[in-house]
Amino acid sequence: MSDRRPGDETPKRPASEARGAADDAALRDRLGRLSRTLDEKAPVRGPERVGPPTSDTKGWAQAMRLSSEFIAGILVGGGIGWAADWAFGWSPFGLITFVMLGFAAGILNVLRAMGEISGPGGDRRSPPKDRDGKD
Amino acid sequence: MANDPIHQFRIYPIVDINVGGVDLSLTNASLFMMLTVGTIALFLMLSTGRRSVVPTRWQSIAEMSYEFVAGTLRSSAGTEGMKFFPFVFALFMFVLVANLLGLFPYFFTVTSHIIVTFALAMAVILTVVVGGFLRHGFGFLKLFVPQGVPGALIPLVTAIEVISFLSRPISLSVRLFANMLAGHITLKVFAGLVVTLAGLGVGGWLGAVLPLGMTVAITALEVLVAFLQAYVFTVLTCMYLNDAVHPGH
Repeated sequence: MSDRRPGDETPKRPASEARGAADDAALRDRLGRLSRTLDEKAPVRGPERVGPPTSDTKGWAQAMRLSSEFIAGILVGGGIGWAADWAFGWSPFGLITFVMLGFAAGILNVLRAMGEISGPGGDRRSPPKDRDGKD
Repeated sequence: MANDPIHQFRIYPIVDINVGGVDLSLTNASLFMMLTVGTIALFLMLSTGRRSVVPTRWQSIAEMSYEFVAGTLRSSAGTEGMKFFPFVFALFMFVLVANLLGLFPYFFTVTSHIIVTFALAMAVILTVVVGGFLRHGFGFLKLFVPQGVPGALIPLVTAIEVISFLSRPISLSVRLFANMLAGHITLKVFAGLVVTLAGLGVGGWLGAVLPLGMTVAITALEVLVAFLQAYVFTVLTCMYLNDAVHPGH
């Protein structure tokens, strides 16, 4: 930007050089800020970029994933409940409680798979913009 | 010759090997697993042997499969997650080729057995758990306690989170197993209908064209499902590995 032509031998050279240096510093600053913003944004563009490009295939993949995540939550809850009953003799309360917890876990899995809420342990995957300013 | 749709999933020994009372026979399942690995190795070695800068068609298929897995892993788990790349690539290629090999007539579908898919899913989950503990120690358990939860609800929410985590290997394995099992049973049922209808005389022959058309269509669908299941398995593995690398960020 501040390219000094060789014929510019003006007595104001120190000031113009200082201005050039300030311009360079400002440009570097902006570049640094821009690359930091890009770095923050880049990981959020998740796996939708790669893989089969058609929206049909992505729809099937998501459908299979959501349905199996929900059922798996209930099955695991039921399994833990049945094992607790068998080990500790809590029947039938172990099975009942853990099937209900498994149902909640299945719903949690589906919501996470759809990206409606954040991933486990905190908001690493950014949730969608909340519609009314509340969570 | 069996005419029911379940007979195709039977495991029988081909070469009986008995080592000190442990049955290590070569069965049809293990034969096809070896065939799967051999096909993958042969394909990758032959297609990338020439290493031309402008790739041939085979080399470009190998490069595309590499780039797909690398891109998915990098975007899910970041650069630190790339140390799991050999594992994820091996999983993807194994599931894909095992699914596709099962589509040939008389070939055995390795992934249509829950024990095989469960072994693969447990390999993923054990990698996540052991890798997570090795990297972060007991801080890995922060994964199960979300932030911003009122104190009284923490036990309940943690129990739900643990169940949700434990449901991952179940969902991974059952998804692949159920899709392969159901696809192959459907295929066999329609193929059996062709034979049954054809046995009824000339009208049967004409009617048998319909289930034959369905068999062709379902075979095409099964090719799609083979790719899709490998894709979903890989994407989910990458996401679960991300939890091992960055738990509770």
